[in-house]
Parts: sequence; C-alpha cells; structure tokens
Amino acid sequence: MSRMTNRPLPDSVPSPGGGRTPKEPAGPAAAPAPVPAGLPGAAPGPVPGPASPASPAATAVRPAAGPGPVGSPSSGAARRGTRPGRGGPGRRSPLARGGWTPWLYLAPALVVIGGLLVYPVYQLGLISFLEYTQAQVSGGQPTTFQGLGNYAALFRDEQFWQVLLATVVFAAACVVSTLAVGCALAVLLTRVRAVPRLALMLAALGAWATPAVTGSTVWLLLFDPDFGPVNRVLGLGDHSWTYDRYSAFALVLLEVVWCSFPFVMVTVYAGIRAVPSEVLEAASLDGASQWRIWRSVLAPMLRPILVVVTIQSVIWDFKVFTQIYVMTNGGGIAGQNLVLNVYAYQKAFASSQYSLGSAIGVVMLLILLAVTLVYLRLLRRQGEEL
Amino acid sequence: MSSVTSGHSVPAATSPETRNSVRPPGSAKNPVRRSVRNLVRRSVRRPWRLAAEVSALLIAAVVAFPLYWMVLSAFKPAGEIESTRPRPWTLSPTLDSFRRVFEQQEFGRYFLNSLVVAVSVVVASALVAFLAATAVTRFRFRFRTTLLIMFLIAQMVPIEALTIPLFFQMRDLGQLNTLGALILPHIAFSLPFAIWMLRGFVKAVPEALEEAAYIDGASRTRFLWQILFPLVLPGLVATSVFSFISAWNDFLFAKSFIISDTSQSTLPMALLVFYKPDDPDWGGVMAGSTVMTIPVLIFFVLVQRRLVSGLGGAVKD
Repeated sequence: MSRMTNRPLPDSVPSPGGGRTPKEPAGPAAAPAPVPAGLPGAAPGPVPGPASPASPAATAVRPAAGPGPVGSPSSGAARRGTRPGRGGPGRRSPLARGGWTPWLYLAPALVVIGGLLVYPVYQLGLISFLEYTQAQVSGGQPTTFQGLGNYAALFRDEQFWQVLLATVVFAAACVVSTLAVGCALAVLLTRVRAVPRLALMLAALGAWATPAVTGSTVWLLLFDPDFGPVNRVLGLGDHSWTYDRYSAFALVLLEVVWCSFPFVMVTVYAGIRAVPSEVLEAASLDGASQWRIWRSVLAPMLRPILVVVTIQSVIWDFKVFTQIYVMTNGGGIAGQNLVLNVYAYQKAFASSQYSLGSAIGVVMLLILLAVTLVYLRLLRRQGEEL
Repeated sequence: MSSVTSGHSVPAATSPETRNSVRPPGSAKNPVRRSVRNLVRRSVRRPWRLAAEVSALLIAAVVAFPLYWMVLSAFKPAGEIESTRPRPWTLSPTLDSFRRVFEQQEFGRYFLNSLVVAVSVVVASALVAFLAATAVTRFRFRFRTTLLIMFLIAQMVPIEALTIPLFFQMRDLGQLNTLGALILPHIAFSLPFAIWMLRGFVKAVPEALEEAAYIDGASRTRFLWQILFPLVLPGLVATSVFSFISAWNDFLFAKSFIISDTSQSTLPMALLVFYKPDDPDWGGVMAGSTVMTIPVLIFFVLVQRRLVSGLGGAVKD
C-alpha cells in the first residue's frame, strides 16, 4: 500500500523518466517524440507509432520490478513504527521485554510440531535407507541398512519416472488452470453488482467447502457413462471418462480446479478490493483496456498475493491424493493415473514395501522443499519483513 | 476547493424553494437532464456490465451445478438415479437414500467421529497457534526469524509423504485404530499455517492497548486472554476454517491408521462403503456426501466474511 502513497503525482513530476505509474501516458509518449524530430533522416511517421505503445509498457513494467528495491525500504519504514522493540529501548512495549516468556508461549507449538512433524520427517529419511518390509515390521527379520539401495531401485524403475513426469505435468496443468480461472473470476467479481457477485461467491464457497471425497464422487456421477448428465448433454453415449489415461486425468483436473479455484478467487478478490479505486479509475479514464489494467496495474500491485496463491496451489496440486485415489480407483487401470502420492501409498500399504514408499516420500519432500526455497527468495526480494 | 463547493451549495440551497413555489416544470428539467446524461453514460457501459453480470450468473450456476446434482440425486428415488435419461429435477423426492445410509452402516457414529476429530483439531490448534503467533509477533528474541522461516517450511511439508513414519509412530504410541491417530497429526499439520496466518491479526492489535493494560495493572496472562484473545478471535475463526477442512476431509490418514476397528472410522471412509467402483450405490453415496458436506457449508457461510478479510489480511500483511 505504501507503494502507492509515495508515488509522485502526475502533474508534480513532469519528467518522463519519473513516470513510475502506468496511468501517465503523457510522459512516456512525449519522451520518444523529440527523438525522431531531432533526427532529420529518420522516418518520423513509423517511429513514434511503435515506440509510443511500447514505452508506456516499459514504464508500466517498472512498478512490477520497482517494489523490490524502491518500495521495500519505505514500506519497511512505515511498518516499523507499529512494531515492538524497533524504535529503540524506550519504545519497547512491556510485553516485548519477555525473557523466557516467548519460549513459554511457543513451547506447545514446538513440542507438537517437533514430535509430529519433524520427527516423522527424520523417520521418513531413516526408513528410506533401510530394508523395511512386512517381515521387518512384524519383527520376523532384523532391519538392515541399505544405504542408497532403495533409491537406486527406485531410479531404475521405469514406472517411477513415468509417475514423476505425470505428477509434474498434472500439477502444472492444475496450477495454471486454477490460477487462470481464479484470477479471471476475481476480476469479474469486481465488475458486477451485488447480486451476481453474491451468487458467484456463494457458489464458489460451496465448491470450496465440498470435501475432496464427496467432490470426487459427485464428479464421477456427473461424468458417469450410464447415468451421468454430462454424457447425455454432450451426446457421448456411454463413453467412459476414466478408461482412457488422458481423459481420466482431465476429469480429475476439472474436479481439482473446481474445488481449488475459490481460494484463489477469494484471495485475489480481497487483494483487488484493497487497491485504491482511484488508481483503477485513472487507468480506465486513460483508456486502458481490462486486460491492460490487469497486466499493468493490478498484477504488479497484487504480486505478493499472487506469489502466495501460486505457491500454495503448487503445493496443494502437487500432492493431490484423494481425487486421484477415488476417481481413478487407486491409480487407474494398470496404474496409468498414478501420481507420486498415490504411488507411495500403494507401494507402502498395498505391497508392504515401506522403504520404497518412504524413498518416494523423500523425493516429494525434496521437490516441495525446492519450491519453498523459491518462494522464500521471492518473498525476500519483495522486501517482506518476517 | 472549499470555495468552489460553497459556491455550488448556494444555488443548491435556494433551488428547492424556487422549485416548490415558482416553476415546477423548469426545475424538473434539471434532474431529468441529469438522469438522461446518466442514462447515456450508463448505456455505454451497460452492455459490458450486462455481459459481465450474465456470465457471472452463468458461471455461478455451473460452479454450483455439481452440488445441486449431489443434493438432487440424494433425494431422487432409486429408479430415477439409475436411469439412462437423467433429468435435472425430480417429481417424487424421497428420503430412502438417507434412510439407507443411516441404517446400513453406523453412519451416525462415523459422523460423530468426524466431528470429534475436526472440533478437537480446531480448538487445540487455535489455542496453540494463538500463543505461538503472539510470541513471534509481540516479542523480539533470538532465532525469531529462523523460527518463522521454519514454520513456513513446515507448512510445505506434504502431509501425505509422512503417512508411513506416522503409521509406525502411532503404532508405537498405541494410537492406531483410535481417533487420536487422526487428531494428533492434524494438529501438527495445521499449526504452521495457522501461526503464519494469525501473525497478521495479532500484529493488527495496537500496542497502545498493551501499554494501557499494563499501566492499569493487568498481568501478562490477563492481557493475553482477556484483551488480546477476544480481539484476535475473528482471525482465529478464519484460520480455523483451514484446520477444520483438513481434519474433516482427511481421507488418507483415516484409510491408513484406522485399519481394523471400523467403529473408529470417519465419514470419508464410510462414504466409500457405498461407493463400489463396479456397482456404486449412487443414491447412498450422494446422500452420504450431502450429509458430509452440510456441516462444512454451514461453517463456511458463518465465517464467510471473516474469511475474505482474513485472507486479505494474512496475505497482504
């Protein structure tokens, strides 16, 4: 927000280079004009033509890149006033002089997270290095250390690579579709009056609230070859959606998008509502199209929210389990619809190869950890203070 | 600026008088002209807005359609569901499917189990997260930033990947086949996100309030529970939506940890009893799905407004 308040007013800063805002076409448009005039040989007609649409875009990009180095110190300064213990010892709030109190408050959380999250992660890694099957679980045979043997077996397995590829492609498709639908509908929500907005909001909340299991069964019924309305409407006869690999994935994708776009929509909508309306009004007065307003004004301002939403979607869609398990009946015909999560589950609990399942879990963990690190870097670049 | 407005306000103040007494038709021209201008301006924008509103309503209908079909199928008589000409209405709604669901299995018990799990997770994680969020926002201490980053990373840990070690851990704790095996991991998994989200709400409470409380002689505990807690409560409610959903919807843990004692089963598992891939009892599945979805829907509608503002606050910071 503070980004907008320290933005120079259009009239007060006439210099074209200072036009940080996209709603200042006069500045950038005026800037290229003297250049062809100064060059007698250059054709004056075509040069300002392509240059003037391009230059507002160039300045419009700047706010997107700007918040990092430019906006962050000021927003940090704005925030600092409200934070404890930052304005020197005199400004410290009584609560901030904690000593051991913060650790006392943190203790329950740390115990629970340590015991039920960190320790299992350690165990997961450990099991993935052991020989651990039904015999070891029941105590019939001693557990033996395998080193990287499980991973070697896994990486030699062709099915693993196939499943990994399917997981990545499927998750990417889910994320892109969810974000596109969610953002488009969030913008749509801002363009309509109360009644359609409420209708769409309630429908989306309903989809959001639907548990994954029930959502899966309902979508199966909708696309049922015998009794489903979709095949009747589309005139597909008794075409089975879950028989073919790709149409089964497409069906699951539809369900996943249906139940996860509301989070994106609601969050982005809340973000758009927080954008001062004068900015949008000014942009539309200057004749910016809807798409242009989104790309040059809203998207840069919503960048922090979009980053959060994207990363959350990546994480959720990468570990889809219930939908695949229920809709394709445990991974599809001959495992054609397996994703990593279901694959690990099948390995561990269906065929009792706990160590192989754990190795798959470790691979998933590492991939998501990499995504998290990217996320942290993006947050840092935005200058977000933790 | 002020002189301009006052200059306008003078004729505006006198106009009602002239309108009433002297020239009714002439004065009526003014609002008419204004409304005409509005009409012209609106009709320029209107096709777009109309298109937007129509498409919003259409999309809402499409999004709501699966839910509608679910409820509809739950009330349809068996012959109508399993017909090759499905109709989007029913003329003879019946409770047969619901009756079948509640009779055939211990569905009520499963419902209660699910409720126990979800409510325990929500309450426990809300309290623990509130304390932790207070610690990381209101205090400065060593490793604070490190801890926050750890919470963020912990939030990314795929719950599903840990099923195998958790299975053995629950076995060692003697929690297999009990609801504890579902409650404990879900508390742990919902905490990092809850703490992360609550930060914004705790931060929003002004510090002056804190100082005033101490000047008035309130102890730290008293401030925490009697002043800060009620103020953060809306945020807690918004946060609890997520822990409620993850606990209520949990399918994998219920499937993996409740293996032999079906009396400890939860709703998602019960639902699949009716769903046999070869010959599903669609009526039963849809009735069970309806029963399972309604509590979440109620919860959502209750916290809807807070959810929107809460998400905005948490994400925007």
